[in-house]
Amino acid sequence: MMKEKLRVQATINEQPVEFLCEPRQSLLECLRDILGLTGAKEGCNDGNCGACAVIMDGRLVNSCLVLGVEAQGRRITTIEGLARGPELHPIQRAFLEQGAVQCGFCTPGLILATKVLLDRYPDPSEPQIRRWLANHLCRCTGYDKIVRAVRQAAAELREVRA
Amino acid sequence: MSGRSYRVIGTRPIRHDGADKVTGRALFGADVRLPGMAYGYVLRSPYAHARIRRIDTSRAEKHPGVLAVVTAADLPTGPDRLLDLVEGTLPLSYARANVLARDKALYKGHAVAAVAAVNRHVAEEAAGLIEVEYEPLPAVLDVLEAMRQDAPRVLEDLRMREFGELADKAGNIAEHFRHVLGDVEKGFAEADVIVEREFRTVMVHQGYLEPQSATALWNQDGRLYIWTTTQGAFSAREATAWILDLPVSQVRVTPMEVGGAFGGKIRIYLEPVAALLSRKCGRPVQITMPRRDVFEATGPTPGTFIRVKMGARADGRITAAQVWMAYETGAFPSGQCGFGALCMLAPYDIPNVLIDGYDVVVNKPSTAPYRAPGATQAAFAAESVVDELAERLGMDPIEFRLKNAAREGTRRADGLKYQRIGCVEVLEAMRDHPHYRAPLEGPNRGRGVAMGYWFNIGWYSSCTIAVNPDGTVNLVEGSVDLSGTRTTIAMQAAEVLGLRPEQVHPVVADTDSIGPTAVTGGSRTTYATGWAAWEAAHDVIRQMKQRAALLWEVEPEAVSFECGVFRSGDRSMTFAELAERLEETGGPVIGRGTVNPSSAGGSFAGAIVDVEVDPETGKVTVLRFTSVQDAGTAINPTAVEGQMQGGSVQGIGWALNEEYYWTPEGVMLNSSLLDYREPTALDVPPIETVIVEVPEPAQPFGVRGVGEANIVPPPAAIANAVYRAVGVRLRQLPMKPSALLEALWSKEA
Repeated sequence: MMKEKLRVQATINEQPVEFLCEPRQSLLECLRDILGLTGAKEGCNDGNCGACAVIMDGRLVNSCLVLGVEAQGRRITTIEGLARGPELHPIQRAFLEQGAVQCGFCTPGLILATKVLLDRYPDPSEPQIRRWLANHLCRCTGYDKIVRAVRQAAAELREVRA
Repeated sequence: MSGRSYRVIGTRPIRHDGADKVTGRALFGADVRLPGMAYGYVLRSPYAHARIRRIDTSRAEKHPGVLAVVTAADLPTGPDRLLDLVEGTLPLSYARANVLARDKALYKGHAVAAVAAVNRHVAEEAAGLIEVEYEPLPAVLDVLEAMRQDAPRVLEDLRMREFGELADKAGNIAEHFRHVLGDVEKGFAEADVIVEREFRTVMVHQGYLEPQSATALWNQDGRLYIWTTTQGAFSAREATAWILDLPVSQVRVTPMEVGGAFGGKIRIYLEPVAALLSRKCGRPVQITMPRRDVFEATGPTPGTFIRVKMGARADGRITAAQVWMAYETGAFPSGQCGFGALCMLAPYDIPNVLIDGYDVVVNKPSTAPYRAPGATQAAFAAESVVDELAERLGMDPIEFRLKNAAREGTRRADGLKYQRIGCVEVLEAMRDHPHYRAPLEGPNRGRGVAMGYWFNIGWYSSCTIAVNPDGTVNLVEGSVDLSGTRTTIAMQAAEVLGLRPEQVHPVVADTDSIGPTAVTGGSRTTYATGWAAWEAAHDVIRQMKQRAALLWEVEPEAVSFECGVFRSGDRSMTFAELAERLEETGGPVIGRGTVNPSSAGGSFAGAIVDVEVDPETGKVTVLRFTSVQDAGTAINPTAVEGQMQGGSVQGIGWALNEEYYWTPEGVMLNSSLLDYREPTALDVPPIETVIVEVPEPAQPFGVRGVGEANIVPPPAAIANAVYRAVGVRLRQLPMKPSALLEALWSKEA
């Protein structure tokens, strides 16, 4: 049965956005099916793979576990909002330089997870990186090159801040 | 090292699709958005085995927002033939029955009907309104039970293939094959030590992160357009066309980016269903599997029962090996036991071998290849016995393997005689690695090693290269890129053309835009499509020499090309300078390359692993892991390492965590990514890699496929390490905490 739609206003990737969604639709569905932001991926739809992760008010969330209507008034960053103009974000560049991308399906979630990690802990240890990334499954890389990419990005971002 | 010097081969360029993959722009299966697109949902059997008495779709059809409903009655029924799926074949009738069940549901999750609606929620609601009358039947789930004559019959029409011929034997055994070399009785009589053991492994899944997703548009002109996440656009085209009884040319398949596959995205599941729905409602229809369906209804890889008996002389020479192996294929035949048989003894020169293998159907999802299909289970058994033999003889496990290692000229039990292989080189690299020499101290810690092999395949590929006026080229290929082959193929063209990798723009084309190309599987893509790119690049050079000859008024044979420069006498032109003058010398230059190599150099891989066992909980922690593999020539070492690391971690998951957990009725209890435990970043250490390079003799650059062999050694290596840590040999996978605890308790008792 079609449900009555609700109006939601949010800030997504620094832009004010307004959309209509059913109460049962997840934020992931709203991003992908209504707003055309397909960078967030559906791997499991129950919060266990991390492929749909986005940043909401500075926190990393699995967008499949957030309702679209909960985005009301929030600031959301998706993978589409990370690069500035023609430049890749240092985390994106590090993932490419270290060969941390294979199929690329888990990559958007992992890059956003890295962003939140490094915003909070600019110099994380390897165990800290592995613990933080444990919410994100990657079946291709065995994680080795992802951990290296996070360390490279951390070092570069520390230099930028210094 | 290969000893040849290259400018591009062996470097580590940024991937051509890199920016798309890190910005969210890369379009995977479920990212397809078409005007008026409807969403599909598949209704699946709740029973592992049931006769379908009646399906009533009328309530679903009347549900508001529903656009179409289909069942097996909408599928054509035509004569049977064999679908070639590269890593296995399947009769068309079975492929069709797997897409939508007609008379019987053969496993829990078997597709029964499908709905298209305005959105996925409405489609799911409507599927719940379809009434299916089932008559549940007894299910058979265990491979050995299924082999008994009194077992429930999964496929009534199945007849066993025995020694390559169709035998008049009904039952659940799809195939029985035998490999014989020498005389095992004689071999065992010569042995001073004989070890005979039985091994069990259970069904596991490839576990790719991207669920299957297919979008179909049955156009009003009769052509069928498919956008899908597949390892092979052409094999998906053929399977879809055959299942729907269409000429292949009437179907166009556009391969989307693939979010992991590992063999699990060769077979098709959703494409014909979405097509039938589209034909009924006149709109494009997209179906994406929920994760539960990925586990329950795509192809996991077989569980097995394997008995291995091996004998060796006191001087360390293996004299005989005898194997009895049975693989569950799921609801339909899959042929993976045969692959296991080819690989399990491949690292060794054994004069007397007897292998009996059985593929057996059971009421579980139809199995599909998973990275070196069939080899990992078989190597778990063989490499555990090899380790035990070495121990009984008091020999170092690597020295024991080296003493028996296969070399050029060694004949395998299946009849193949090896060309140049890198088995010895891989073992020597393991022996000489600092990891193998490093002290490992502390209680409950142990180190293990194992070898693995995958034979790799060649097969057909197509590639074209068009020269741009600015001196770059566009490379169009039929190989789907799973993990960086756009770049490894472009690099081979760049090497020939004297260009930098980024001056080659690779495009993975749809089936209307490039010649037939076999699936990305069998570790064939960098090998065979790279070879096609090499041919296409040489075709470009040949044509451009003619253009230079025209300009210089000399014979084409008088023009040479080296390091990106055409020369004749004292005249020269760079590739870019000549590219600018193609218009005036006859028009565009397009090179083409098509190959169908029957050759393919197999790849050996080895693993060294340190583990620590917690005797209180039975948990095994992997402390250190080194993967060694023969890449022939590593085109892009970063990509080779990535394959080795990824395969190793999948092998670790297979060894320790992953399993299909069933109720006695055949219902999978852990069909989520929470309960089916794939390794996380926290579960594994850094994966050290050593790339060995023993060039394959036929491929222009000496490439050996590297995608698969790396997953083979880890389970056996970990089992061997666990034994050295706590003194128990586990002969079942996964080596989960409960299994280890039970083994420790029975050792104490």
